[in-house]
Amino acid sequence: MSHDPPAVRCDGLTYAFGEHTAVDAIDLEVRPGEMFGLLGPNGAGKTTTIRVLTTLLRVPDGVAHVLGHDVARERMTVRRLIGYVPQQLSAEGALTGRENAMLFARLFDVPRAERAGRVDRALEATGMLEHADRMVSTYSGGMVRRLELAQALVNRPRLLILDEPTIGLDPIARSSVWDLIAELREQSGMTVLLTTHYMDEADGLCERIALMHRGRIRAIGSPAELKAAIGPDATLDDVFRHHAGDLPDDQARLRDVRSTRRTAIRLG
Amino acid sequence: MSAVPAAPRSASADALSPWAFARVLLARVGALCLVELQRLRHDRSELYTRAIQPVLWLVIFGGTFNRLHAIPTGDIPYIDFLAPGILAQSALFISIFYGIQIIWERDAGILAKLLVTPTPRAALIAGKAFAAGIRAFSQVIVVLVLSAILGVALTTNPLRLVAAAAAVWLAAAFFSCLSMSIAGIVLKRERLLGIGQAIMMPLFFASNALYPIALMPAWLQAISLVNPLSYEVDALRGLLLGTHAHLLVDFGVLIVAAVLGIALAASLLDRLAR
Repeated sequence: MSHDPPAVRCDGLTYAFGEHTAVDAIDLEVRPGEMFGLLGPNGAGKTTTIRVLTTLLRVPDGVAHVLGHDVARERMTVRRLIGYVPQQLSAEGALTGRENAMLFARLFDVPRAERAGRVDRALEATGMLEHADRMVSTYSGGMVRRLELAQALVNRPRLLILDEPTIGLDPIARSSVWDLIAELREQSGMTVLLTTHYMDEADGLCERIALMHRGRIRAIGSPAELKAAIGPDATLDDVFRHHAGDLPDDQARLRDVRSTRRTAIRLG
Repeated sequence: MSAVPAAPRSASADALSPWAFARVLLARVGALCLVELQRLRHDRSELYTRAIQPVLWLVIFGGTFNRLHAIPTGDIPYIDFLAPGILAQSALFISIFYGIQIIWERDAGILAKLLVTPTPRAALIAGKAFAAGIRAFSQVIVVLVLSAILGVALTTNPLRLVAAAAAVWLAAAFFSCLSMSIAGIVLKRERLLGIGQAIMMPLFFASNALYPIALMPAWLQAISLVNPLSYEVDALRGLLLGTHAHLLVDFGVLIVAAVLGIALAASLLDRLAR
């Protein structure tokens, strides 16, 4: 048996929006089955990295691989293997929860005979089955996030990619979404790659984390290792300050801010 | 360095065979049309508000000019001549703003999720274009029922009705692709609304929807000849009223326009994905 390829592998990945280099020559490897967090302030390059790995942004051949497949050359193959939940609350309000999930079952070519069963199981796993036939416009933010996880799960992804999964949620919804992510991963054994700027939340949940700042990875390892290297009572915030200097917001990319604002507007 | 594992056999999934592409295309068009039907089922208000304009055109404009006999339309009454034109117009007015949906989906993150499914861009655009046609069908029903009430001598041949629906569907696909292409260029809802408003009346007036092409000044005739709306109206008149039409040319133009529209909008999708 050959060894499993890494879930994610970046070799000198660079991405620029015009003059602004959002991601600057990063090397990254996410191991199969692990829960990996990409941490950093707004504008660190987390979302851009995610958008490259999900095939949304075009990069040259050979710089980024997902489960052994080149994201530039094998886009369709990569898309079949991943589930993606973007930063915004992105379920369609004018449809029911079940219709939202069913659409993605169709778009992922789930065979007709299996569709209803898979959609039910995905809704069940995320605790959304009892709300499945209500319009999404009546859902709370936490419920929309759960539905989005169900939409990603109908494809049975081997790699689940979550961009700021708890942004904009209230503290209770936030912890319940984290619990759900941990639970789903335990059941399925899939790899989870997520971004967050809540250091404390990543600390408890991620097996390994990479600290990103201004497009570069400043430190990588398990939260315990990273903290131990700084001092006895260090927190991840201390680790970040050590590697990045102060937490600067001046360089924050408008892109992150804008999409957060869009979500806020959409939710009224 | 460890040996690189051999590339799996299915690695060339990006380069689909024509047969595989056709299957994905059909599946995506089906999935997105179904979603459009579900949206319509949940919220019918647009169906009712959209019905107001064609009613005004047919009852007031059509009724008046029918009595005036100001526009020579051969051996058929003006109201009969007008009905297919209004049908095409109301489908046009729906499709020309369809790009707003794709901008909204972009802002909401929905477009990113759709693009991360194994769906070639052209198949996604085709799906949306024909979903716009589903929305336009609601107008077909409104205008046909209204025309029948007003005494327009419409065909009852089911084959002709199906062919008329196909003409509306193809034209709606083209105009919604035009709208999605503009969306891909301007990226802002407000700007798309402005441009849509600016081009929809010229498209309507520079066509044979309200008056025969022969009555137009030469420059307007030239514009009308490159306006797919004219071919849609010509086909609809031929099919619904039995007037002389150039059905092969009409459908040829509509199919080519839809294909080109899909290609153009798909090529601009990257701007929306960024």
